Amino acid sequence: MNILLLLFIFALAGFLGFELISKVPSQLHTPLMSGSNAISGITIVGAIIATGASTGLNFTAILGFIAVILATINVVGGYLVTDRMLAMFHNKKKGK
Amino acid sequence: MLTLAYIIASILFIFGIKMLGSAAQARRGNVVSAVGMLIAIVATMMDQHVLSYTWILAGIAIGSALGIVLAYSVKMTAMPEMVALLNGFGGLGSLLVGWAEAEEMRRVGWPHYLENLFGPELSLYDVNLQAIDWVAKFSNEINYIQIAIASAIIIGGITFTGSVLAYAKLSGMVSGRAMVFKGQKPFNAFLLLAMLAATVLFVQGGQWAHVSLFAIIIVSLVLGILGVLPIGGGDMPVVISLLNSLSGLAAAAAGFIIANNVLIVSGCLVGTSGIILSVIMCKAMNRSLKNVLVGGFGSSAQEKSDGDDVEPKAISASDAYHVLEAAQRVVFVPGYGMAVAQAQHVVKELGQLLENNGAEVSYAIHPVAGRMPGHMNVLLAEADVPYEQLVEMDTVNPTMPSVDVAIVIGANDVVNPAAINETTSPIYGMPIIRAHEAKSVFILKRGQGTGFSGLQNKLFTMPNASMIYGDAKATVAAIVSEFKSM
Repeated sequence: MNILLLLFIFALAGFLGFELISKVPSQLHTPLMSGSNAISGITIVGAIIATGASTGLNFTAILGFIAVILATINVVGGYLVTDRMLAMFHNKKKGK
Repeated sequence: MLTLAYIIASILFIFGIKMLGSAAQARRGNVVSAVGMLIAIVATMMDQHVLSYTWILAGIAIGSALGIVLAYSVKMTAMPEMVALLNGFGGLGSLLVGWAEAEEMRRVGWPHYLENLFGPELSLYDVNLQAIDWVAKFSNEINYIQIAIASAIIIGGITFTGSVLAYAKLSGMVSGRAMVFKGQKPFNAFLLLAMLAATVLFVQGGQWAHVSLFAIIIVSLVLGILGVLPIGGGDMPVVISLLNSLSGLAAAAAGFIIANNVLIVSGCLVGTSGIILSVIMCKAMNRSLKNVLVGGFGSSAQEKSDGDDVEPKAISASDAYHVLEAAQRVVFVPGYGMAVAQAQHVVKELGQLLENNGAEVSYAIHPVAGRMPGHMNVLLAEADVPYEQLVEMDTVNPTMPSVDVAIVIGANDVVNPAAINETTSPIYGMPIIRAHEAKSVFILKRGQGTGFSGLQNKLFTMPNASMIYGDAKATVAAIVSEFKSM
């Protein structure tokens, strides 16, 4: 059933990741890291599903709620911080 | 619809990461990836399984507020610990998702849980629930989900405490040095075995399943601390990259639980990107990943390298000015100390003055300078140092003998010539910036201590080297004012 399909997707994404990242120049490593860090906040999708699975605030939903907060910090903080850094790279290029 | 949105989000992530790899497109790439995230979140909210929005929206609001405050209050010099902290939040998020799914399955029972998960194709047992032994029928699926839950919790837990400890080390809340204690390795091995046993019990189900779930959570949290504890100082860039990778893998594991492609794809992308960066960092230090992870590097004070205890020669800022004033080629070698002293702006000012004075100025960046990959580039960019003046190690090294003055600012191990000529040195073989080949070398340093590796630096006592003790920012500012008063 679709377990194998999921593993297949996982493997393909791994190869894709290797292809994408190995070409990045070293001066962009910090923004790359914080940008990909923001993407790892995708776990928010799981957190939303867990929180919304029932109408009340049972134990599952409480765990999910905390997870939503944490994942959102990861996502929002990660993207904004990356943008701040990259903005500096840009200004500099224009300046010179 | 949902699947389509997830596919679009995944594509946007892939393009985003690809664009992050080129300086001109990087900022747009980040936006592209953020749009992907927005699509994924909105699409999930539209999902039929989401019954109530109150707590989701509250969580997003709180998280966004905190994220915005963090992102705009952090100083550029504190970026490594910021990334570590955000990473930790992501890891804990994945742990909680795993835990929540385990609780949900206990709450609704397997038949409903599976039906929610896999949709109508598996809901045939609904017709006659009692007649079908669903546990036997779906035992593969159940085992698979249990394993995924355990993985998300284990990886997420290690990521969380590991990242928080890395944050504490980088921000100076605890000592940044490697810490090892007696019997650490056997203890770690014992914990790993205990975790394996708990996982087996959890996957098998039965009366011990719930207790072993908590055991898994606790052991994974402890393992995160023990894993990062023996790693310190100059190895931090590797640790940060690796934790970044783990946070992605934790998200992917959470994706396996709920059979969600977008989590699997993006988690895996982050996972591989972190691993690649770790390997790049390791290569730059001529160490293996295993060697870094085993840790303990520089935890004990190394015996002083053989023999002559020559005092390094110290000079004043105005002596330095007189040499710099006549210099034709100047290379700055920044390190973590520049970040600590917040000296990047005044360094840029000095560089500008030297240029006006007719000197050729460049900044030599070692791949592992600072505490995260590319750390120095970000700081110098913040100070508006022109892109063309940043040069990589391999470009600058052949030209070193023609450099009049190399100014080492808060860097130590990356300019230690022991890496080239002392076979017994722990850093032997690590590629370094050959600052010692310049006609004269100024080393800006706070005191006479060793670098993070705890090694004596032969460079400091070489005849062409002069130390300028004191806060790097104050020292550079003093040289700048000498220039201005002329």
